[in-house]
Amino acid sequence: MEKWYLMTAVVLLGLTVRWTVSLNSYSGAGKPPMFGDYEAQRHWQEITFNLPIKQWYFNSSDNNLQYWGLDYPPLTAYHSLLCAYVAQFINPDWIALHSSRGYESQAHKLFMRATVLIADLLIYIPAVVLHCCCLKEISTKKKIANALCILLYPGLILIDYGHFQYNSVSLGLALWGVLGVSCDWDLLGSLAFCLAVNYKQMELYHSLPFFGFLLGKCFKKGLKGKGFVLFVKLAGTVVASFTLCWLPFFTERAQALQVLRRLFPVDRGLFEDKVANIWCSVSVFLKIKDILPHHVQIIVSFCLTLLSLLPACVKLTLQPSPKAFRFTLVSCALSFFLFSFQVHEKSILLVSLPVCLVLSEIPFMSTWFLLVSTFSMLPLLLKDDLLMPSVVTTMAFFIACATSFSIFEKTSEEELRLKSFSVSVRKHLPRFTFLPRIIQHLFIISVITMVLLTLMTVTLDPPQKLPDLFSVLVSSVSCLNFLFFLVYFNIIIMWDSKDGRNQKKIH
Amino acid sequence: MRIKWVECAALSVMAALSVMTGGGSWFLALALGVTLLKCLLIPTYHSTDFEVHRNWLAITHSLPISQWYYEATSEWTLDYPPFFAWFEYALSHVAKYFDQEMLNVHNLNYSSSRTLLFQRFSVIFTDALFVYAVHECCKCVDGKKACKELTEKPKFILSVLLLWNFGLLIVDHIHFQYNGFLFGLMLLSIARLFQKRHMEGAFLFAVLLHFKHIYLYVAPAYGIYLLRSYCFTANKPEPAASSLFPTLPFQEGPLSCILGSKLLGFVQCFGQSALRHRLLSVGKAGDASIFLILTTTGHYSLFPLLFTAPELPIKILLMLLFTIYSISSLKTLFRKEKPLFNWMETFYLLGLGPLEVFCEFVFPFTSWKLKYPFIPLLLTSVYCAVGITYAWFKLYVSVFTDPPVGKTKKQ
Repeated sequence: MEKWYLMTAVVLLGLTVRWTVSLNSYSGAGKPPMFGDYEAQRHWQEITFNLPIKQWYFNSSDNNLQYWGLDYPPLTAYHSLLCAYVAQFINPDWIALHSSRGYESQAHKLFMRATVLIADLLIYIPAVVLHCCCLKEISTKKKIANALCILLYPGLILIDYGHFQYNSVSLGLALWGVLGVSCDWDLLGSLAFCLAVNYKQMELYHSLPFFGFLLGKCFKKGLKGKGFVLFVKLAGTVVASFTLCWLPFFTERAQALQVLRRLFPVDRGLFEDKVANIWCSVSVFLKIKDILPHHVQIIVSFCLTLLSLLPACVKLTLQPSPKAFRFTLVSCALSFFLFSFQVHEKSILLVSLPVCLVLSEIPFMSTWFLLVSTFSMLPLLLKDDLLMPSVVTTMAFFIACATSFSIFEKTSEEELRLKSFSVSVRKHLPRFTFLPRIIQHLFIISVITMVLLTLMTVTLDPPQKLPDLFSVLVSSVSCLNFLFFLVYFNIIIMWDSKDGRNQKKIH
Repeated sequence: MRIKWVECAALSVMAALSVMTGGGSWFLALALGVTLLKCLLIPTYHSTDFEVHRNWLAITHSLPISQWYYEATSEWTLDYPPFFAWFEYALSHVAKYFDQEMLNVHNLNYSSSRTLLFQRFSVIFTDALFVYAVHECCKCVDGKKACKELTEKPKFILSVLLLWNFGLLIVDHIHFQYNGFLFGLMLLSIARLFQKRHMEGAFLFAVLLHFKHIYLYVAPAYGIYLLRSYCFTANKPEPAASSLFPTLPFQEGPLSCILGSKLLGFVQCFGQSALRHRLLSVGKAGDASIFLILTTTGHYSLFPLLFTAPELPIKILLMLLFTIYSISSLKTLFRKEKPLFNWMETFYLLGLGPLEVFCEFVFPFTSWKLKYPFIPLLLTSVYCAVGITYAWFKLYVSVFTDPPVGKTKKQ
C-alpha cells in the first residue's frame, strides 16, 4: 500500500505506548503472600518447566492448586513452558521449584514484560494491520487512522502491559480467525479460532457466531453438495486442532476431566468481586446468590444468556455475511458478559475486540463503547496503581478517534445504522425522529458520569459503612451502559436489511 | 492512591483540550498527543539533572537572592544565568503544593514520587511555549502547491518533526532538562524575524540568552542577520555596509546563518541544532537531505545518554518512528526532485543499525567489555562526528553555491 511508512509509524507508536505503560506497576506487586496475575504467570512457568505434563493440572505436594493453579487450557501451559525455557537460560532462579515463589526483581520484570511484547508483536499486531489493510471502500488515510485507534485501545494495553496478562495472544488468534473466515479461508480461520479457544476458554464467548457464520456458509453452498464437504472439513479441522492441543491429556480419562474442572469452575458461584454484569448489579438490591440455590443460578444464567444471543445468531446463520458476523460477535460476547456465569471484569475485552473491528462503520458508538469498557475496569486498574497510564491512554485514544473519524459529526440516523429501525418505528409513530438527539444526550450524560465517578474514586474516601461504594457505582453504571449497547447492537443486526442500506459489496 | 486536587486540575485541563480536538484541529491533536506521550514517560529513568533542578528549586525558594550563586551544599551549583534562576523560583511556588521537602537545600537527592511528578509535569507544561512557537513557525511556512492531502502539507510535516522531535523527548522527558521551553523561545524569536517583527525577535533572543548562555553559539548569526536585514537594508543608502558584508549568506534568511554558526560551535547535543534546520528542510530538497543526515546522526549520538535496560526499547522505537517518518515524509514532499540521498549517504545512515546492534547487543557479551568498556561510546562518537561534520560541510557549500532567494519570498 502507499503510505506504508505511516502504517509503520502507527505500529511503532503502538509499541512505544505499550512499553511505556509496562514501566508501571503490575498486579500484586510487592503484595505477599498471594501477589497477583503476574506471579500467577511466573508460577505457571515454574510448574510447566519443573513438573511432568501429567501433574500440571493436579493437586500435589509440588503443585498446590490453591496457589495460582493452572486454570487456562493447554496452549497457555505450552506458552508458559516456552517462556520458562528462555527464563532458565537467563536466570534459573526465576523458575526454581518452590524457592522462586514471589520472586520479584527489575530484571525479571523486564523479561516478563518482554514476553508480552513479543507475543503481541507476533500475533495481535499483524492481525490488526492486516484487518485494516483489508477494509473495503475507505481511503488509505482512513485505514491507517483505523489501525492507530485500534492499537491505542486502552483496555487491552492496560490489562496486558499493566495488570499483566496475555490477552493479545487469544484475542490475536481470534482475530486471525475472523480474518480467515471473512476472506473465505474457512479452514485456516477455524484453526486459528480453535487455537484461540485452546489458549483461553473465555474465547467460547465468540464460538456461537463462528459456528453460525460457518454453518450459514455451508447452507448457502448447499447441504447436499459443496456445503456438506465444507462442513465435514470444518469439523475435521476443529477435531484435529483440539486433539493436537489436548493430546498429552487424552492418555487418561481422569486427566481430561480434571483439566475441564479447572477450566470451568462451576462451584465458584455466579460472580466474584465487582463486575459490570447483570448479576452483580442486581445483587446490590437483591442478594441472588443467597436467594436462589446454586443449580437454579446456573440454569437461569444459561437461559438468559441463550435467549439474549439467539436472535442475532439465528439471523447470522440464515444470512451469513462478514459484516453481520462482526456485529454478531459483538452482541453475542456482550450477552455472555452480561448474563453468564463467573464473569470477570477483564472479559469485557472479548467484546471490545469485535467492537474495534466495526470502528470504521459506526465510529461514534464504537468509541463510546470502548471508553466505557476501559472505565468498567477502573477499580482493578486503581488497585494495580495504574491511574496515570489509564487516564493518559484513554485521552490519547479519544483524541485519536475524534480526529480520525470526526465522531461528533457522525451521529445521524444513517451513520448510526439506525435508519431501517427508525423507518419501521415511524410507521407507527410518525414523530419518531429524535433518536439521534437522545443518543447524543445519553453519550454526554455517560461521559460526565464516568469522569465524575473517576474523580470521586481517586480523590475521596468511601464512607465507612459502604467501603465498596465506588466500585459498585462504577460497575453498575457500566452495566447500564452495556445494557444500552446490547439493545443497540441487536437492533442494528435485526433491522439490517439488504435493501435498506446503500449497497456495500460483500467480500 | 489519593491524589490531590492539583493533579486533578492538571488532568482536567488536558481532558478539556482533548474534547476540543473533537472539532478536528490536527495541530491540537498532534500537540496533545505528544503531551500524553510525555506523561507516559514520567516513570522512566532520569539522570543527575533531575537532582540539579531540584537543588535549584531549593536554592531559589529557600535562600535570599544574594546567596543563590554562592550556595554550594550540593555539588550542582547554580550555573545558568539569572532568568533561569527566576524561572526556578517561580516553579518553586508551585512545587510547594506537591512536596515541601524538595525545597530543602539539605535534602540532597530527594526524589519522592510527588517530587518526580512535579518535576516531570513542570517540563511538560513549560513545553507549551514550544508548542506555541511551533504554531507561529508553521504560519510562516506555505506549501508551494495546494495539497489536498493533510499528511503531505509542509505545515503538517514541520509540526510533526518539531513537536514529536526525538531528541527533545529523550533529553527533556527522560534524561530531564528544560530545552523545550528554551527552544520555544528561540523558535519564537526566529518566527518573529520571519514575520519581519525584528524588534520582538531580537528582544526574545536577548531574553533567551539570559535563560541559558549556551545560545551564545548562535548570537553571531543573529547579530549579522539583524544588522543586514534590519539596520542596513538595501533600501537605505548605505553602500559601505553592503560592502562590509559582501559574501555572507544572509540571502537565505536567518536560518542558515544560525545553523552555520551553531554547527561552527560543534555543539555537544548535535540533534538539537537540527531543530533550526527543520524550517528550511520543508522548503528545499537539498536542505531536506542535509537536515535528515544531521538529525538522524545527531539523534543517534544521544543514545549513550540512556543506558538503562528498560529505556532501550523506548529509544529504539522512538528513533525508528521519528527517522522513518522524517525520511519518508520528506521524500514524499520532494518526490518530484532528485533523490534525497546518494549511495554513500544511504550507506552511512543504514550503518547506524549494525552499529547499534554491535554496541548494545553484541559487545556486552564479549570479553572486551571488561578491558575496554569505552569502545561503544568511542565508536558512537566517532561515527556520528563523521556524519555531522559532513552535514556542516555540505550546508556551507550549499549556502554559498545555491542561487540567492528573493527577499519577498519569505513573507
